[in-house]
Amino acid sequence: MKILVAVKRVVDYNVKVRVKADHSGVDLANVKMAMNPFCEIAVEEAVRLKEKGIASEIVAVSVGPVAAQEQLRTALALGADRAILVETDEELGSLAVAKLLKAVVDKEQPQLVILGKQAIDSDNNQTGQMLGALTGYAQGTFASKVEIAGDQINVTREIDGGLQTVTLKLPAIVTTDLRLNEPRYASLPNIMKAKKKPLETLTPDALGVSTASTVKTLKVEAPATRSAGIIVKSVAELVEKLKNEAKVI
Amino acid sequence: MATLVIAEHNNAALGAATLNTVAAAQAIGGDIHLLVAGSNCAAVAEAAARVAGVSKVLVADQAAYAHQLTENLAPLVAALGRDYSHLLAAATTNSKNLLPRVAALLDVEQISEIVKVLAPDTFQRPIYAGNALATVQSLAAIKVITVRGTGFDAVAAEGGTASIETVATVSDAGISRFVGEEIARSERPELTGAKIVVSGGRGMQSGDNFQLLYRVADKLGAAVGASRAAVDAGFVPNDMQVGQTGKIVAPQLYIAVGISGAIQHLAGMKDSRVIVAINKDEEAPIFQVADYGLVGDLFEIVPELERQL
Repeated sequence: MKILVAVKRVVDYNVKVRVKADHSGVDLANVKMAMNPFCEIAVEEAVRLKEKGIASEIVAVSVGPVAAQEQLRTALALGADRAILVETDEELGSLAVAKLLKAVVDKEQPQLVILGKQAIDSDNNQTGQMLGALTGYAQGTFASKVEIAGDQINVTREIDGGLQTVTLKLPAIVTTDLRLNEPRYASLPNIMKAKKKPLETLTPDALGVSTASTVKTLKVEAPATRSAGIIVKSVAELVEKLKNEAKVI
Repeated sequence: MATLVIAEHNNAALGAATLNTVAAAQAIGGDIHLLVAGSNCAAVAEAAARVAGVSKVLVADQAAYAHQLTENLAPLVAALGRDYSHLLAAATTNSKNLLPRVAALLDVEQISEIVKVLAPDTFQRPIYAGNALATVQSLAAIKVITVRGTGFDAVAAEGGTASIETVATVSDAGISRFVGEEIARSERPELTGAKIVVSGGRGMQSGDNFQLLYRVADKLGAAVGASRAAVDAGFVPNDMQVGQTGKIVAPQLYIAVGISGAIQHLAGMKDSRVIVAINKDEEAPIFQVADYGLVGDLFEIVPELERQL
């Protein structure tokens, strides 16, 4: 079974981003970039399925600038067999990314596509579901457990009230939640080996996909900041403040 | 201009998040219709018809919609959605699963988790875990939007007199099947709607120790939440997680116990009106957003708090 796993290059999760002075966006100059944490979980799950002998090949794909090759090399070091970069310098919306991934799905014909449930920059949580619509495949979003059973996949999903399990017909889409697995670190020998694995570059034009957007970002601003309050000395003082000053209990 | 709001429900009762979503629809303006798609969901449709500000309720009552399987629901919502200028749903896991699939079927982009309506086509939404607020304008023919409940005050659940119309369309894609669910049952209020939330973090050290928080919560009529660290450590189930990718809460009072205050946790609670932090590490980032901080051993402080309430 072939697995396609999508990865996104984003600001490292430890970086506290700053809004640009002209309110045009956040300042990404000289900021540490990394693979989106949910995408790391997606790669890890694909690798585990290969280690169990269920997956035969893992293809990592990213849509982004040339520099996203770094994240694809990381995916290769973690165990993906080859990689595809759909190169674009534009900041694309989820629908455009889903259309590009659909074109890659048509080309590669995977049985399973694993994506992160959301990227920690745009916080959209859309791409996997949109890819589901475009391919007509079933989708197991926010997965905390997956299990392949013949031509089906059982997906346990994290939902508001608890957990839900669904059975989907393959080919299918899975998006990862935090508890699906704990991603490994790439070993040095594997990082060296990854440099020799194939990485193909495509463009939206070559895939015949229009990436035009109908959403305009007018302004990006910093949220209202909270200022630190006071340190109280005792539980009695805390209860008194909550009752008489904040009036919340 | 008319808005179709997808009702959040469990076939028996209308979800509270629907009322915040209707409030967002009111801020946009125009007629508001509610879609109740489910199975044996007549009681929900009746409740939906009583929601203030709603003029029509569409009911699609079919076995195929019983468990809100997206593969079946998305074609129905997309077909109905073509008649509207706006398609709205609460940013719950259910709608987050459904709405992007609908948007892609309609070939339009979606705007996720708006917290403010500035104009019928212009909205504010948090990005980068709430560290930036983006103002976005959608030129799409149909504006498909999820609504973060904490940004909008709920409309009244009663007082409306909407007509109820049956939708006969059945779409059953036959590619997905509901197997089962484990839903946590709790006598305490729901996290996202509670006036007071008490949350525990890694500092709680074990699931058993959460009993300390439950006792305080019960005295306050509060819901109990947790940080990602506490959920990852297996202390409590995932549905209790507050944060960027968990639940977003904005109660009157948020009490963070043994929580350091990672960016992704702050993203889920920093809009609370009053924040209390209890932590033994006085350098913990949580104190930078807390109105009242108490530095010390939570295993002494929390039982003392319970006694004094």
